[in-house]
Amino acid sequence: MDTQYGWLLNLICYLPLAGALLMVFFIKNENVGAIKTAAAIIAGVDFVLSLPLWFLYRTDGAEFQFASRAEWITSVGAQYLFGVDGFAILLILLTTLLGFISVYSSFTAITHREKEYYVFLLMLQTGMMGVFCSLDFVLFYVFWEVMLVPMYFLIGVWGGPRKLYAAIKFFLYTLVGSVLMLVGILALYFYNAGGLKAIGLAGLGNTPTFSIPHLYTIAPQVPPELQFWIFLAFFVGFAIKVPMFPFHTWLPDAHVEAPTAGSVILAGVLLKMGTYGFVRLSLPLLPDATVKAVPWIGVLSIVAIVYGALVAMAQKDMKKLVAYSSVSHMGFIMLGMFALNDPGLRGAILQMLNHGVSTGALFLLVGIVYERRHNRLISEYGGIAKVMPVYATFFLIITMSSIGLPTLNGFIGEFLILIGAFNHSWVWALFAASGIVLGAAYMLWLYQRVFFGELANEKNKSLKDLNLREQWTIIPLIFLAFWIGLYPKPFFDRMQPTVDRVMERVSVALPETDLGFVSGGDTDADHAEEPESKHGE
Amino acid sequence: MKLYDFIWLVPLFPLLGAVFNGFVSNRRGLSKTTTQSVALLGAGLAWIYGWAAVIQWFFTEDHTRAYSVTAFTWITGGNLTIAGGSTAAVDIAASFQVDPLSAVMVGFVTFVGFLIHLYSVGYMHGEPDRDYARYFAYLNLFMFAMLTLITGSNLPVLFVGWEGVGLCSYLLIGFYFEKDWCAAAGKKAFIVNRIGDFGFLLAIFFAFYYFGTLEFQGLFDAMAGDHGGHYATAATIIGLLLFVGAIGKSAQIPLFVWLPDAMAGPTPVSALIHAATMVTAGVYMVARCNYFYQMSPTAMLTVAVIGGVTAVFAATIGLVQNDIKKVLAYSTVSQLGYMFLAAGVGAYVVAIFHVVTHAFFKACLFLGSGSVIHACGGEQDMRKMGGLKKYMPTTYWTFLVATIAIAGIFPFAGFFSKDEILAKVFAAGYGDLNHHGGVYYLLWSLAVIGAVLTAFYMFRLVFMTFHGEFRGGEEAEHHLHESPWTMTLPLQILGVLSIVGGFIGVPGFLWGHPEHNLIDRFLEPVVLHMDHGGHAGAHPGLGLELGLIALSLAAAGFGIWMAYRFYFVDREFVRAGKLAERFPFAYKLLLNKYWIDELYAATFVKGTVKLADLLWEIDARVIDGAVNGARHVTVGSSWLSGIFDLRVVDGLVNLVGRFYDVASLQFRRLQVGFAQGYAMVMVFGAALLLGIFFVVNL
Repeated sequence: MDTQYGWLLNLICYLPLAGALLMVFFIKNENVGAIKTAAAIIAGVDFVLSLPLWFLYRTDGAEFQFASRAEWITSVGAQYLFGVDGFAILLILLTTLLGFISVYSSFTAITHREKEYYVFLLMLQTGMMGVFCSLDFVLFYVFWEVMLVPMYFLIGVWGGPRKLYAAIKFFLYTLVGSVLMLVGILALYFYNAGGLKAIGLAGLGNTPTFSIPHLYTIAPQVPPELQFWIFLAFFVGFAIKVPMFPFHTWLPDAHVEAPTAGSVILAGVLLKMGTYGFVRLSLPLLPDATVKAVPWIGVLSIVAIVYGALVAMAQKDMKKLVAYSSVSHMGFIMLGMFALNDPGLRGAILQMLNHGVSTGALFLLVGIVYERRHNRLISEYGGIAKVMPVYATFFLIITMSSIGLPTLNGFIGEFLILIGAFNHSWVWALFAASGIVLGAAYMLWLYQRVFFGELANEKNKSLKDLNLREQWTIIPLIFLAFWIGLYPKPFFDRMQPTVDRVMERVSVALPETDLGFVSGGDTDADHAEEPESKHGE
Repeated sequence: MKLYDFIWLVPLFPLLGAVFNGFVSNRRGLSKTTTQSVALLGAGLAWIYGWAAVIQWFFTEDHTRAYSVTAFTWITGGNLTIAGGSTAAVDIAASFQVDPLSAVMVGFVTFVGFLIHLYSVGYMHGEPDRDYARYFAYLNLFMFAMLTLITGSNLPVLFVGWEGVGLCSYLLIGFYFEKDWCAAAGKKAFIVNRIGDFGFLLAIFFAFYYFGTLEFQGLFDAMAGDHGGHYATAATIIGLLLFVGAIGKSAQIPLFVWLPDAMAGPTPVSALIHAATMVTAGVYMVARCNYFYQMSPTAMLTVAVIGGVTAVFAATIGLVQNDIKKVLAYSTVSQLGYMFLAAGVGAYVVAIFHVVTHAFFKACLFLGSGSVIHACGGEQDMRKMGGLKKYMPTTYWTFLVATIAIAGIFPFAGFFSKDEILAKVFAAGYGDLNHHGGVYYLLWSLAVIGAVLTAFYMFRLVFMTFHGEFRGGEEAEHHLHESPWTMTLPLQILGVLSIVGGFIGVPGFLWGHPEHNLIDRFLEPVVLHMDHGGHAGAHPGLGLELGLIALSLAAAGFGIWMAYRFYFVDREFVRAGKLAERFPFAYKLLLNKYWIDELYAATFVKGTVKLADLLWEIDARVIDGAVNGARHVTVGSSWLSGIFDLRVVDGLVNLVGRFYDVASLQFRRLQVGFAQGYAMVMVFGAALLLGIFFVVNL
């Protein structure tokens, strides 16, 4: 653990919260202009402060850098432990960027109770970053739960017509998951410390600790049966967050009802909590259970890819369509991750960023016309490329990024995920790759219905094209889409140490026979994969 | 300086043009002069630099190996265990190459591309400034993608171009996006192509799994070094999957449906993208990856059969279409079929030869049709044309030349390439290639029938459009005019090439000098040479070859003669009409393109949409129903526990209270304060205890 610049990480994490508190005390509710300016400055400064992480992170250095440590609840062995690796840094940068964009994009969309809105938005940012920074389970859990509250209010207060239903559903559904996750955490904790006498496990008798890096070291000693149950507890928590099929139905409701910025954060960062959890916790801490779970999660992911795409095709509401497309894209991420090989995991991590960029941008774009027309039904639009050419261009670029056109970000992620999945089982790749056809189908169909054809609806004839502020909320994301699509190497360089370490920790449980398809001839190994493929169908 | 060290500049120039026109010219609404100068500069620099680099390469480098340059590292995907248990790195570079095949492709794509840019200046001049800029941005972007496709030195970079040309095709087909059918056609093209790409991607994964590299040269070397046939299975799988991609991009059965609809785009686009260059990408890819097919008789046969059947199938549809561009579209599908047929008998060089000659005459035909449509004020129905010969002589003569070329009349360009295809297919049958000689004979006979049909529908088109009297009404006749020089110059150049272009591939073996076939000799190193089984070395004799040439000329002549009878002599097309009446079903079948579109719409499209709706119902009712059910159960059970709490739990508590209440009432009686009473109880109690002790001790 490398403590250099540890203060920087704390600063980045708590700045939004501190700023929010200052806003609460020092800016009057009526002073809307000042509220917006202050929020934008806080989020902007936070983004700028997070940039050094990109440059200062040393790929050949310690696993966790920018670390800081303090005693906390010494009686149980919980401590205040912050630190990040390249993987977390990428997600933190995504968070600070989307955080700023979501503040900036809300200026005209939010017209009541502005102060609380921006305060919640900023608090949410601290909560999310805390999750990415925490290396102590208790701390992690605290941030994990804290994060829910501002989001709950963002949906519940500034949301659409069914906001209460959506907010409560979101809150309770994820709470169920996180409580189970807590049980898993405690099981691991007690096993490390004293044993679980109730179920007859002796345990290791180490000093009680919630430190994740420490628990990494004991992971291989956790008996497989216990790993299974802990994995299951974690799985429910993370799978709901991702969300994996069939735990996904809170997502469309939350997205549709949330204000635009809420959707951006939800899709861009909150969903990544689930996949982050898998990579940070499930895989390295529970290698044995991970390997055993591969066929099941693989099948669920493939179902999510195909099912999410098909259901997206059936949607009449633009936001709901994008929400279901998220289910499909997150399926790709899970599939790549559980291919348990280098390209799969790299692709999955990159796709986390890609999804944040592309889907975040899609929600912003949908929000822009919603703000003008207060309607998200696809059938209300048509031919608006004529009146909003810039908007149409941006939307097209993001559409192409979302459907994985080479030279844009989506392709790199999908390509690596699919080649990784292929290496695990070509049947996986076969089914998953059908997602790229369906993806093109629903996105281009959406694009055609909204932008092409005659400008028939009178209400659309006077639609204004994007103003400068709106353009600048999208442009950074388009820039990122091209950057990742054309030159993703800097991103891969930063995630590589994480990927290597995770693979190293998982590989202790990878039996030699599991590589049968890969190393042996083609015939017998193909048969070995067949039971899984049947599930896939 | 080695120009070809910077071969990536060739795609880069048009890209810069596209960026300028797309983001500056289009947004600012710059003048047409600026837009077209930039666009022509982009395409022109690609042409000049491309030719210069290729020529320099030609004279300095070894032609038997690809000269590859890496622009930058693109994807670093980490390590993967591959077949045989070894590990390979998924490192993909943005690298580009020059080899004979790329050189030929760069040669004609940059040149034809530039001509079509020039033609577009005239053709699109009526568009508003911004649309004009948008058009040229797309066209330049297409050049970038196409040139990436043909210069890329590995499968993923090829795939970048592959998808890129698909995107540009989508954008340009839907250029007039206000029209619903144009937008729909664009989307259709993209999605159908994506189905092909699905196969392509899987092929890439299989290739990496088996070979651990995706570089063309590496794959070639691996296949060339495989003398034991270890890679036979791999070659079949990869070959077939790549061909799925080719079927999509090059519009073969069953994925040809997008190409005829693609004619919704501006006509120069049809010429450049949907005839001369993009659609031949599939042929290029098969020729590029010939080593897989060479190793796999199954894959070869599949390519040949699909190609041969498509060649005739599309030609029959072309017989009865009345839309001038539709005829040309089906003709393109048919000609692409010929190219695959050639590839399917191992004559990859001939396939590429036909790609080149086809680019000349088909571009000329499409641009000619554009010139006609331009003159007729947008009319595309040939029944409303006629007699245009006297109004637009340049268009007529160039069109006629190209028509003769596609019909395959000596010594026009199409004759050499098409005749060589027929000869190679016949030779495959004769030599019993891969022991499938019978099938190849059958395909050869189909190809000959296709040649008759081609000559017929093309001359039908010429006679209906340019001969006879004008049938479009006086008003329209008044506007008929020859097109401006920017349009006729490309026509003339392409017309000349349609005449002489075939001489790069003269059948030198006829006079004992095979080396006179320049393209054959040049492209030879690209093909992996194999012994294909059958009667190796069995070639048809010289007499037979000459007989075949006579036969193919006779076939073309017969088709022309039929067209002449039905559409030249008979000015009112009465006989054609009567024929249609005598065979109404056959006529309708062809006119409606075998109802394939309707079939797909009713099955695949509708099926997918229905499935989507069904799943959405399930999602809302079952899956979300379960979540909401859980909510109801929770709320319901909390109500029940409320009742329980009130009645039972609280009841119990109250019961306890009540018990003490009642009990204390009884016990209270004991405590009334009489000392005597207490004393008595004590005495009795003590006696009882003593009694018990007593009994126990006994």
